[in-house]
Amino acid sequence: MYAVNFLILGALLFSLGVFGVIARRNAVMVLMSIELILNAVNVNLIAFAMMNNSAEGHVFALYVIAVAAAEVGVGLAMVLMIYRNRRSIALDELSAMKG
Amino acid sequence: MLAATLSSGWFLENAWLIPLIPAIGFALIIFFGKRMPQGGSEFGLLSMAASFAIAVGATVQWIQRVNSASAEGEHALGGFFGFTRAVLPMAGEEGGHSAAFVEPVVRTWTWWQSGGLEFGVGQHIDGLSIMLLLLVTFISLLVQIYSTEYVSGDRRYTHFFAALTLFSAGMLVMVLAENMIQLILGWEIMGLCSFMLIGHWWEEAANSKAALKAFFTVRVGDVGLLVGTAVIFFGANDWAVERGSNGFSIRAISAWALSGEASHSVLFWGGVALFIAAIGKSGQFPLHTWLPDAMAGPTPVSSLLHSSTMVVAGVFLVARVYPVFFVGFDILDTAVNLITIIGGITIIAAAALAFVQDDIKKVLAYSTVSQLGYMMLGLGVGAWLPAVFHIFTHAFFKCALFLAAGSVSHSGSHHSFDMKKDMGGLARKMPITATTWMISTAALCGIPFFSGFFSKDEIIDNASHNGYQFFYWVGLIGAAMTAAYMTRATYLTFFGSARGAAAGEHHDEHADAHDAHDAHDAHAAHDDHDAHHDDHHGAHAGPHESPWRITAPLVILASLAIFSGYLNAPAVGTHYFTDWVEPAGVAVATDHATTDHATDDGEEHALGFAALAAEEEGGYAEGCGFTTPEDGTVCYAPKLSHAEFAWSKAAPSILLVAFGILMSAWLSMGVFGDRKNPLKGLTSRSGIARRGHAFLVNKYYLDHLYEGVIVKAVAHPIAKAAYWVNQNILDGVVNGVGRSGRATGEWVYRNLDQRVVDGAVNASGLVASETGHALQPVQSGKVNQYGALLFGAATVGAIVLILVNI
Repeated sequence: MYAVNFLILGALLFSLGVFGVIARRNAVMVLMSIELILNAVNVNLIAFAMMNNSAEGHVFALYVIAVAAAEVGVGLAMVLMIYRNRRSIALDELSAMKG
Repeated sequence: MLAATLSSGWFLENAWLIPLIPAIGFALIIFFGKRMPQGGSEFGLLSMAASFAIAVGATVQWIQRVNSASAEGEHALGGFFGFTRAVLPMAGEEGGHSAAFVEPVVRTWTWWQSGGLEFGVGQHIDGLSIMLLLLVTFISLLVQIYSTEYVSGDRRYTHFFAALTLFSAGMLVMVLAENMIQLILGWEIMGLCSFMLIGHWWEEAANSKAALKAFFTVRVGDVGLLVGTAVIFFGANDWAVERGSNGFSIRAISAWALSGEASHSVLFWGGVALFIAAIGKSGQFPLHTWLPDAMAGPTPVSSLLHSSTMVVAGVFLVARVYPVFFVGFDILDTAVNLITIIGGITIIAAAALAFVQDDIKKVLAYSTVSQLGYMMLGLGVGAWLPAVFHIFTHAFFKCALFLAAGSVSHSGSHHSFDMKKDMGGLARKMPITATTWMISTAALCGIPFFSGFFSKDEIIDNASHNGYQFFYWVGLIGAAMTAAYMTRATYLTFFGSARGAAAGEHHDEHADAHDAHDAHDAHAAHDDHDAHHDDHHGAHAGPHESPWRITAPLVILASLAIFSGYLNAPAVGTHYFTDWVEPAGVAVATDHATTDHATDDGEEHALGFAALAAEEEGGYAEGCGFTTPEDGTVCYAPKLSHAEFAWSKAAPSILLVAFGILMSAWLSMGVFGDRKNPLKGLTSRSGIARRGHAFLVNKYYLDHLYEGVIVKAVAHPIAKAAYWVNQNILDGVVNGVGRSGRATGEWVYRNLDQRVVDGAVNASGLVASETGHALQPVQSGKVNQYGALLFGAATVGAIVLILVNI
């Protein structure tokens, strides 16, 4: 079919996500960008699964969705704790892990 | 297919529900407990009550099954390993009653499969598991009722009940276990829950330390359990697979151990490893140190842990796979074995420690250790049934003692457990508690006609009957010591003059006075709990009797402490317990034929064995565990004989116990009473007495040994010995060699060591350090930058991939 359209969509989503992760200051926005990246991967998986007429890609996409949900759960909890402690979630102010 | 002639029933077939219900109860408490009006305790109580009801039903049906087997007298068919089998009655057990083989009710489901191995989960109901199922559900139920009052108002009330319920579930899973894997599962659940319960008041450092100590000490033993299970598995698997089972099945292991085909060294080392697990869990001698510290937990926890669960698990393990130990350690063939040594040391060592404790719960803790020593000793001398019977009776009176101690602290001494500071003269103020305590004490001491007498005396008697003369004396001395320290504790708590909180001294001085240095007044850290209790005490000032939710379990347990012994009291001629619980040590035919032929074959075997049985009568030299079972038959339990009871044989122990009680009462009144007595302050005057006292107070310095000195203690003698050898033997030689060696050494030092080796070391250190500094800016701590690096690297990787593929 028009798999290439899906792949282009995936690439666009991925690029948006990467831009968000690198450029945004707000931790929540970064988390959302990561979601974008994961969903770009999902789109790719489904597209390739369609091309190859196999169900494996679909299954894998479902796994990715589950993992993404868990990841957002942990991520938001961390953001919440950081906010409670520092009253800010601006990432450029966070450098406690500096080596 | 199960049990053509043996009676069975719904409760027996579905005994697996017994652990399942509390497990579900635990989940309900965790998820919904906080929203319930009673904070989740109703789930715990209901699930334990339901389990208890099923356990009672199963017990009744088991008794019917045993009776049907003995009434049948001929042969009964049952499923074994998927084959059919005829059961052969053996006439003429010593003592006159027949011992027919009673097929356990076994059910298995596949839990998971791995590498062609099936791991099952199921139930294995025989006399031993029925006895413990009934015991554990009963005691758990009473302890939960007691806890609703004792920990009421606690800030983690819900979690307390959750852990308590899961704990019971763990013990029940283990008791019911059909295979070793399931047994380990239950064992570990208990380990975890004991950690949570002992550290229930973790705000105080001492409590969380005690919880950690309990967890890690038991863990040392758990390694033994894993190793032992693996060793036994690899030994037994081939044999068991041939017969349609596998090397984890407890029945297969028992049959294999007695088949005569098992390698003795595998059995020995497997037995040693499993016994190490039992040492850890049951607080036997070198690893008993966690048990007294575990008193940091709330009293209901101590009573549950120390009566019917947790510490009994080790004894249960040994009793469950007894054939492994029986054959592996050559029980009855050798004058001494590992189990008797450890059990004997434990009895005496723990009893001696109980004399110097001021904390009432610690006295009971050491008493538990000592009584567990009796159970182990019993198993070690081949007195399987008396040991198991002692588990049964001990559970009731020890649980009652702990609950009574809790009652004293709850209503009599304002949460103090210190007998010397805050107790004394409580008998008048707390009559129910004092009476139940004294009944249970009498049972523990082994005073005739109380339950402890019948079980403990059987162990001691059988030790001598089976030729373990030395351990007979150990048991007797231990009995006298038990009587003495319990008399001391009773005197300090309930008689004499009232001291401290027991004298009605009120607790305005909460922050200072005795609370400050009484580490065990764990409640001090709990404001809401104390607030509750201040109200409580507002109504009745000073010591008073506890409310019914505390006294009712006490009264029930104390009456059982009297009457449970009569289930198996040879003095009055009852042996129900023997009939119901003891597995018959008879050869049981297995048949590879189909069901149709099995009956015929069975009868043939039956004929053959009837003749054999006649020859065997009265002898120890033959039978299961002594000779190899015939082809096509297996044994599940060694054939053990019982000592005949006689008052003349019980007389020494009765006299020694009486002596212990009188001696201790006289000493206690002298030392702790009001009268002037030369013994008063003996420890401050006599050097020997002081040193002995210090030795005991420091618990034989075992804790010091474990926590740091062990390295020194091992390293020091070795260093000393090496020094001696150096000085006296090798001196001349060494000096000569030494001088030339020194010259060489100096040269090596100057040139090789300083320049080459040190240079290399320094250089590598320098390189590492410089690289680290160079890379330091990368670790900026900024998440975006890390992200950029990550994606940059991914991009580079992608480009390389594309280039390579093109």
